[in-house]
Amino acid sequence: MAKKKQTETVVMTANGEQVIKKQNLALETWRRLAKNWSAMVGLAIVIVLVLCAVFADVLYDYDTQVIKQNISNRLQAPSGEHPMGTDEVGRDVLARIVHGSRISLEIGLAANVFSLTVGGILGAIAGFYGHRVDNIIMRIMDVFLAIPGTLLAICIMAALGSSIFNLIIALAVSGTPGYARIVRGAVLPVRDMEYVEAARAIGCTNKRIIFKHVIPNSLAPVIVQATMHTATTILTIAGLSFLGLGISPPTPEWGSMLSAGRAYIRGYAYLTTFPGLTIMITILAFNLLGDGLRDALDPRLR
Amino acid sequence: MNEEIKNTKDLELDIKNLVVEYRTPGGVTQALNGLDLEIEKGKTLGLVGETGAGKTTTGLSILQLIPDPPGVIVDGSIKLAGEDVMLKSEKEMEKIRGQQVSMIFQDPMTSLNPVMPVEDQIAEVIEMHELGEDGKPISHSAAILKAKEMLELVGIPGDRGTEFPHQFSGGMKQRVVIAIALACNPKLLIADEPTTALDVTIQAQVLEMMKGLREKYGTSMLMITHDLGIVAEICDTVSVIYAGRVIEHGTLEDVFDFTRHPYTEGLFNSLPDLDHRENRLKPIKGLMPDPTNLPKGCAFCPRCDYAMEICKTEKPPRVYRNDEHYVECFLYNEQNIKEGGLLGR
Repeated sequence: MAKKKQTETVVMTANGEQVIKKQNLALETWRRLAKNWSAMVGLAIVIVLVLCAVFADVLYDYDTQVIKQNISNRLQAPSGEHPMGTDEVGRDVLARIVHGSRISLEIGLAANVFSLTVGGILGAIAGFYGHRVDNIIMRIMDVFLAIPGTLLAICIMAALGSSIFNLIIALAVSGTPGYARIVRGAVLPVRDMEYVEAARAIGCTNKRIIFKHVIPNSLAPVIVQATMHTATTILTIAGLSFLGLGISPPTPEWGSMLSAGRAYIRGYAYLTTFPGLTIMITILAFNLLGDGLRDALDPRLR
Repeated sequence: MNEEIKNTKDLELDIKNLVVEYRTPGGVTQALNGLDLEIEKGKTLGLVGETGAGKTTTGLSILQLIPDPPGVIVDGSIKLAGEDVMLKSEKEMEKIRGQQVSMIFQDPMTSLNPVMPVEDQIAEVIEMHELGEDGKPISHSAAILKAKEMLELVGIPGDRGTEFPHQFSGGMKQRVVIAIALACNPKLLIADEPTTALDVTIQAQVLEMMKGLREKYGTSMLMITHDLGIVAEICDTVSVIYAGRVIEHGTLEDVFDFTRHPYTEGLFNSLPDLDHRENRLKPIKGLMPDPTNLPKGCAFCPRCDYAMEICKTEKPPRVYRNDEHYVECFLYNEQNIKEGGLLGR
């Protein structure tokens, strides 16, 4: 009886600590990330952007403020009423930038999730099985890598026509080989670790080894790549829209705002300055965060 | 006569004439060349040899885990409790690994998954092989409970199970590895140099614990080691392996007190002697032969002090001293092997 009581208390105290200990690796990474001020600046900006995207409708009404033209208000300089001025048809630039963040982040995220899933699984299979499987998968990826990512996206957009869905597909396809390479590279050293051999020696199936042992141990470079690649994707969206291949007007998009403001750059520079700055700050924020994550996740610095 | 006696033994592991090669573009490495091993139920066999003699390859072949390519099992049979593992499919092998046969790896620092709590790693093997009370695969929470019991069994408080491997010391990690290996009460435990990476005080603790657990569960054990001290401590029989062949085999007493093979003698002479510290160590000269290019005759002959002409050209036959103890060496025949005294010991 006494013995039973004892084990119960052990479990009880264990439960109290359990929550803390389970998150240990994540917590430790977070602590080290928090020490890196530039990464925290990046993270803060990313959070602001995400909040903007989520609450865009609360801040500015889409129909009346973002796409409704108001010629009497056209080309006004920044003021209290319009902090970033108005464009050539009288729409508030700030309102369009806020709603534009929604487009950029949505498409960037969707394309990245797709690239990550497809590229990640292909890379993991290639790295884990090696030999012929590796050769076949990676040579196909090399074919995609031989074409510059933006050019590949332009080709796909030109072939499929411009719509948000096609843009996601174009960006996802051009991002996939990069993920495949990164994941394969991360899986290769893990595959030969003794704990993978040990897992095999206790009767694990290949599927279980890949998902339970190999992938969790090769996540760090993938997280970094995902953050960095989001920046690249947002830049590509803006680039494609600037060229008229991405989002078509009147949908607010940073790249197409730049493109439209181009004609007025001599007299009304703010039309291009603010969207340009937004793009730059966004990319910078994601890169700072990615750099910080890379340092925080690097096992050599632990 | 020897054959008859062997057939009556209750063998957990029976390896006959195992030949394993690693075929690489640089040449064929002959890792095992006709290896014979026998372990009786509940007994412990020590497999002793130098680095590169084929000890780990032996362990991996029992589990059918030789990396293929480049490894190929060319010939021979491996029987686990009478059943030939070479005839098993990969699915059947997955059931055997971890349940019927377990393996403890050399380095506990790298044989645990660094991003998984240790109790999950122990529970993993339980979940894969054991059924719950209702006959269905065991639930995760029940497996975790059993994992905590296993941790207590190897002397780690159960509530430390949620911690990650980097929070444990080397000796404790090896205990966790042993807990994983023993979680499903395997019939055969392959211990591949389980104490090499540990310091001596921890070595003694771990060995003592393994001895206790072996007796508790009646597990047969294949102890792969190069440490004769461990062999003396824990083994019932000893096989000395050289260049992929067993060159001397016998009970612990046979091999330690009636050493016959010049190589085994060399191993003993490489140990320091506390009582006669003025004696210089007598290491075996030279190195293991290149496994891609083994000598035509006895593999040990280039390093052997007693080598004769015949050793260079022909493989030595097996000579028995008693039912168990045999030597593969030209020095001996049926008569003089009983007397011994040919070596300078």
